[in-house]
Amino acid sequence: MMSYRNSMVAKSAAKRTFASIATTEKVLPKKYGGRFVVTLIPGDGVGKEITDSVVSIFEAENLPIDWDRVDISGVDRKEDVKAAVDSLKRNKIGLKGIWHTNAADQAGGGSLNVALRKELDIYANVALFKSIEGVKTRIPNVDLVVIRENTEGEYSGLEHESVPGVVESLKIMTKAKTERIARFAFDFAKKYNRKAVTAVHKANIMKLGDGLFRNTVTRIGEGEYPDVKVDSIIVDNASMQTVAKPHQFDVLVTPSMYGTILGNIGAALIGGPGLVAGANFGREYAVFEPGSRHVGLDIKGQNIANPTAMILSAALMLNHLGLETSSARISKAVHEVIAEGKSTTKDIGGSSSTTDFTKAVIEKLSSYK
Amino acid sequence: MFRSQVCRRTFGRLLATKQPTIGRYTGKPNPATGRYTVSFIEGDGVGPEISKSVKEIFSAAKVPVDWEVCEVKPLLVNGVTTIPEPAVKSINKNLIALKGPLATPIGKGHRSMNLTLRKTFGLFANVRPARSVEGFKTTYSDVDLVLIRENTEGEYAGIEHVIVPGVVQSIKLITREASERVIRYAYEYCRAVGRPRLVVVHKSTIQRLADGLFVTVAKEMASEFPDIKLETELIDNTVLNVVSNPGQYTDAVSVCPNLYGDILSDLNSGLSAGSLGLTPSGNIGHKVSIFEAVHGSAPDIAGQNKANPTALLLSSVMMLNHMGLNEYADRIEKAVLSTIAAGPETRTGDLAGSASTSSFTAAVIGKL
Repeated sequence: MMSYRNSMVAKSAAKRTFASIATTEKVLPKKYGGRFVVTLIPGDGVGKEITDSVVSIFEAENLPIDWDRVDISGVDRKEDVKAAVDSLKRNKIGLKGIWHTNAADQAGGGSLNVALRKELDIYANVALFKSIEGVKTRIPNVDLVVIRENTEGEYSGLEHESVPGVVESLKIMTKAKTERIARFAFDFAKKYNRKAVTAVHKANIMKLGDGLFRNTVTRIGEGEYPDVKVDSIIVDNASMQTVAKPHQFDVLVTPSMYGTILGNIGAALIGGPGLVAGANFGREYAVFEPGSRHVGLDIKGQNIANPTAMILSAALMLNHLGLETSSARISKAVHEVIAEGKSTTKDIGGSSSTTDFTKAVIEKLSSYK
Repeated sequence: MFRSQVCRRTFGRLLATKQPTIGRYTGKPNPATGRYTVSFIEGDGVGPEISKSVKEIFSAAKVPVDWEVCEVKPLLVNGVTTIPEPAVKSINKNLIALKGPLATPIGKGHRSMNLTLRKTFGLFANVRPARSVEGFKTTYSDVDLVLIRENTEGEYAGIEHVIVPGVVQSIKLITREASERVIRYAYEYCRAVGRPRLVVVHKSTIQRLADGLFVTVAKEMASEFPDIKLETELIDNTVLNVVSNPGQYTDAVSVCPNLYGDILSDLNSGLSAGSLGLTPSGNIGHKVSIFEAVHGSAPDIAGQNKANPTALLLSSVMMLNHMGLNEYADRIEKAVLSTIAAGPETRTGDLAGSASTSSFTAAVIGKL
């Protein structure tokens, strides 16, 4: 029965490639008795502390969310991502911290984060870099979105040592995946009333690979989205421009590696990785995780991490589930607590603990009608 | 001693005077005149104007250098971008060159001239200092970064294929040999300039073999340089740290594979100056070295006497240091920096000033 049902889903998913809208309830997040089941993956480093913060805020708000918790770690890397994939396939939606990946010269395999994204084909990563009132930064009023391809490019994982001492690493760019990330970026721009999409590339050097990316984004933008401005910029210039004059950009769309670089510039501009909300979207699954993917192993278990990125990512998730009012309330409370500056964490100049900040947000929420 | 400390405080040494033992300049002055000959690729666009500025300043400072101007227009020989023979001869004879910006035709299918120069002369290391210029205020004020970039392979190997229509693979090539020579140069550079930390920037969590090899080579070599502290850092963290607080790298030299180096060096210039207009660079090979301004040829303002010659001037200062002509390098560097620090009326338009190329040049000569 189960396998019959799965094959039906697979069939309908295949069919939907050509359809304009999702036709089946099967791809919607699971809702039982008016309550959603959401996969919760705390990940490594500060993941447990900052997801705990979200859990207690949701509890205080009495939100109709039940957590399906998956504890996997990338530090000892005893298992693969199967449990997480299974849970997400059931629930369609998840909230996730970041798994640690050992460097190549240490023990352990490749990145669990990448494995999960590929397994579920959550191809579009969205990270929001917006200045937050109360956080001191060098450049005010930053408002950038980085949309990043999650499943190919430099992260293809195809490498070989041709002869000892000579390594080839393949960067794969495909027309199909570039088209879908381009459309995602333009759709995002239209939905959130953004004016311009800029493709980031290195087509002067990788004329075929990055050339394909740049040309495809330009073609889709000009042909299908006449009301959104489309532009392109070489990645080294983009980096220099972003640190010096970030206001010239609106939505940046990038292959996976350049997204890492621009995302970390964005995080540094607005006050650190603890403030960046983010999400990964595929056709069937959505996984919300901090937009700046830092594990925070060095500050693990000290109760000093800033949970803002995770709380704001969770607010994005509530929006995705149609719980817009709760999403707006939580987001407002977080911003107000930070603006007041009495209960902020160390990374943004405060001295409060993760749990104190969370308490302050909960208190703020209870002060609303 | 005292005097040099004062100078250090007033102007800061933007560019290192000591040189590593690898890739040293071996050219000799003309025994009859005591003067050195340097090949000069003036470049396209604003190239001739800023080159003129350098020549004028060099003769005002009485630098013992004669220029041998080379035309470098891209030639296609059997479909491969090639440097004209006279230029190659000149540079191979003089072992050193100064280069203005060259226009790269976009989308013409052939390799850029810059890449061709690096390949032709085996310029394996690109040295990019980025330091805040005193008196010229930008968003970040405490920038003092040095980055060394692998210059010959990596993502720039230029190996790409269309597997089937719509599927492209680009190959990033990392070899032990090329990694070793650039990392060794970086270690030596740390020693020469007295920076005790070498930071290897990588993404070996994802590119486990390619970046893994680069990191492994650096670690293997660490025992030869016990006085230098080796650190490896994910590019994510480097970017986050350097933009959050550039000050934490003032005692370090960074070294990385080609593309990361390209991106990070421009990022560093964005932090130190907000543009490439003040950024010098050196391309070091075992035999030949070429110093160049890394900004574009700016065809839109070519011939209008508006261009800022600072990047080429500072590159020429790096070159003089490389040749061991440190006193001349010092004088020119101080004159240039103090001209910029003097105020908007002696700065060019790109630094929100009102000076022309020629009036800026005159001001620098005045300081000399």
